[in-house]
Amino acid sequence: MNHITLLFLFLGVLWHGARPPAVLEVCDSCTYKTVTDAIDSAQAYDTILIKAGTYKEFDLKIRKPLTILGQDLPTIDGQNQGEILTIQSDEVTIGGIRIINVGTSYTKDFAAIRVVKSKDFIIRDMVLEHLFFGIYLEKATRGKVLNNIVKGDAEEEFNSGNGIQLWHCTFIEVIHNHIEKVRDGIYLEFSDNINITGNTSKNNVRYGLHFMFSNNDIYQGNSFVNNGAGVAVMFSKKIIMKRNVFKENWGTAAFGLLLKEINDSEILDNHFLENTIGIQVEGANRVSYSNNLFRRNGWAVKVRGACYGNTFSGNSFINNSFDLSYNSNINDNVFKRNYWSEYTGYDLDKNGIGDVPYRPVKLFSYIVNRTPETIVLLRSFFMDLIDFSEKVSPAFTPDNLVDAYPLMKQKL
Amino acid sequence: MFKILKYSVYDLMRSRWSYVYLLFYLMLGFVLLFLNNDLSKAVITLMNIIVVLVPLIGTIFGIMYYYNSKEFTDLLLAQPIRRSSIFLGLYLGVAGSLSLSLIIGLGLPFLIYGLFKSGVIWDFSLLLLIGTSLSFIFTALSFNIAISQDNKIKGFGYTVLLWLFMAVIYDGLFLLSLIVFEEYPLDRFSIIATMLNPIDLSRILILLKLDIAALLGYTGAVFQKFFGTQSGLIIALCVLMLWTVFPVWRLLHRAERKDF
Repeated sequence: MNHITLLFLFLGVLWHGARPPAVLEVCDSCTYKTVTDAIDSAQAYDTILIKAGTYKEFDLKIRKPLTILGQDLPTIDGQNQGEILTIQSDEVTIGGIRIINVGTSYTKDFAAIRVVKSKDFIIRDMVLEHLFFGIYLEKATRGKVLNNIVKGDAEEEFNSGNGIQLWHCTFIEVIHNHIEKVRDGIYLEFSDNINITGNTSKNNVRYGLHFMFSNNDIYQGNSFVNNGAGVAVMFSKKIIMKRNVFKENWGTAAFGLLLKEINDSEILDNHFLENTIGIQVEGANRVSYSNNLFRRNGWAVKVRGACYGNTFSGNSFINNSFDLSYNSNINDNVFKRNYWSEYTGYDLDKNGIGDVPYRPVKLFSYIVNRTPETIVLLRSFFMDLIDFSEKVSPAFTPDNLVDAYPLMKQKL
Repeated sequence: MFKILKYSVYDLMRSRWSYVYLLFYLMLGFVLLFLNNDLSKAVITLMNIIVVLVPLIGTIFGIMYYYNSKEFTDLLLAQPIRRSSIFLGLYLGVAGSLSLSLIIGLGLPFLIYGLFKSGVIWDFSLLLLIGTSLSFIFTALSFNIAISQDNKIKGFGYTVLLWLFMAVIYDGLFLLSLIVFEEYPLDRFSIIATMLNPIDLSRILILLKLDIAALLGYTGAVFQKFFGTQSGLIIALCVLMLWTVFPVWRLLHRAERKDF
């Protein structure tokens, strides 16, 4: 199989050399009236230029290396019939086309653009609307997904698809896309070495970004706003999360970032603003959290289940209802040199580090963990009183759960 | 009745205490907004203060005023005036002037800092409404204690105890029962327990209006389902009203029968 592919590639290169690539134009008055015709007639490495207009087509299969570009954003309307573009060849570039009305199915994952077992593809400047799945990459490698806009109209989880889905992919770059109102903004399953940078994922029904069984990935400079929940990283290793903004993921079951069974990862320079739960940690080990900002979250960090060897340093916890919630008395995690806005200690030697250790777990948060119903006493005078007395002489909260070197000023 | 109301309001104005409270609320409002320009955040902080302080001020001020104006009341009782109008007049005078100080004192700073331009106007109005009803409730309760207790020291003791019970001890018992009975479904119990204490009810009503409600999680959802609807809010306001009407009725009832 591999040999045949190589042979084809070789032939392709030969052809490429033999004959200058042609430009096939598609419009009402052109030689090619439909995109299907143009794709059928095109030879490898040709360019198909689709001019402005609406083309009612679906199930377009690209089986040779082509460049398909739109001029003045032409529209391909799938009329809810099913899949629209399927790329089954290496070195395909598509860009500048608006694709609408992907069919919804409960048995097949119809996508606006599907890439199957291909290498070196580029999908850029596409606008995808009224869709089921947006861009679906299947066993693809070394591709780029750039500057696309994906706008769904998902209402429920069960009958909606994901914006950009990567399944069994490697070395893909997903950069500067804007994804809105789908189930999961970006979904990765069994995908390694993926770079997700500068995307905006908002108003999605489930997660802004979702990792499953994916390792060695990096996501940075993205913003996740007002999703069912911001980002879920599950059953993955060595993920780097940098300079992202998790904002307004607000609701009774919402969180900015969920870590579930995550090992050896780094979370740095992120902003967690106004989420119900900033980071929910369940079974994460050897994760380092540094220089993150947590502002006005319900819970900044909620630790549940076994979490060992995590380090929290240089983070700023500002005006959260609860800075930290812990459901066990055993603590193997390290807190040091964080800034806590509720810290009331002093710094006599003026070295910027408080002389009194800070205990981030309040008694109320401890009680709420035991009996969730007690949350109805939130912000009652009684709770403030017992929190205060616990602060003065800790009796219930874990002894060793302290930040022994709390910062006096917020780290900028 | 209105004449007596007028006299008691004038009397309160002369006594300067209303101004002290007005000034206190004014300062509170300005300082809060000065330190933190965010109106919605200030509403949360105000809630904490209102829910604790308004009942305290209401009870203490109510009982103080009743004992202070005892001679005036005795004098009035000698006149051919209905007892109910005397006591209702006194009560409405105190509760009304307290509420007025609250509304003006907090309303003014917020108005200056652009209340109408912000989205929190409804939350703020609810806050003022609740503050007002708390004033009415706790003044009525303190008048009740005062009319049953001629001994001033005992009367003061009972009012402070009443406040302490409503603001602190009740929540403690509530918490304890939640923890002890954690194995049982507690939704209905917590809703009823909240209804029974005007301070808790006010706190929950305001919390549910603010974003912070999402923190309440599942329990919050149950509360939201109950109080979030039109009828729930009406029920809650009716309960607050009952908390006012019942003590006032008892006050008048006692006043009719008491041998002064």
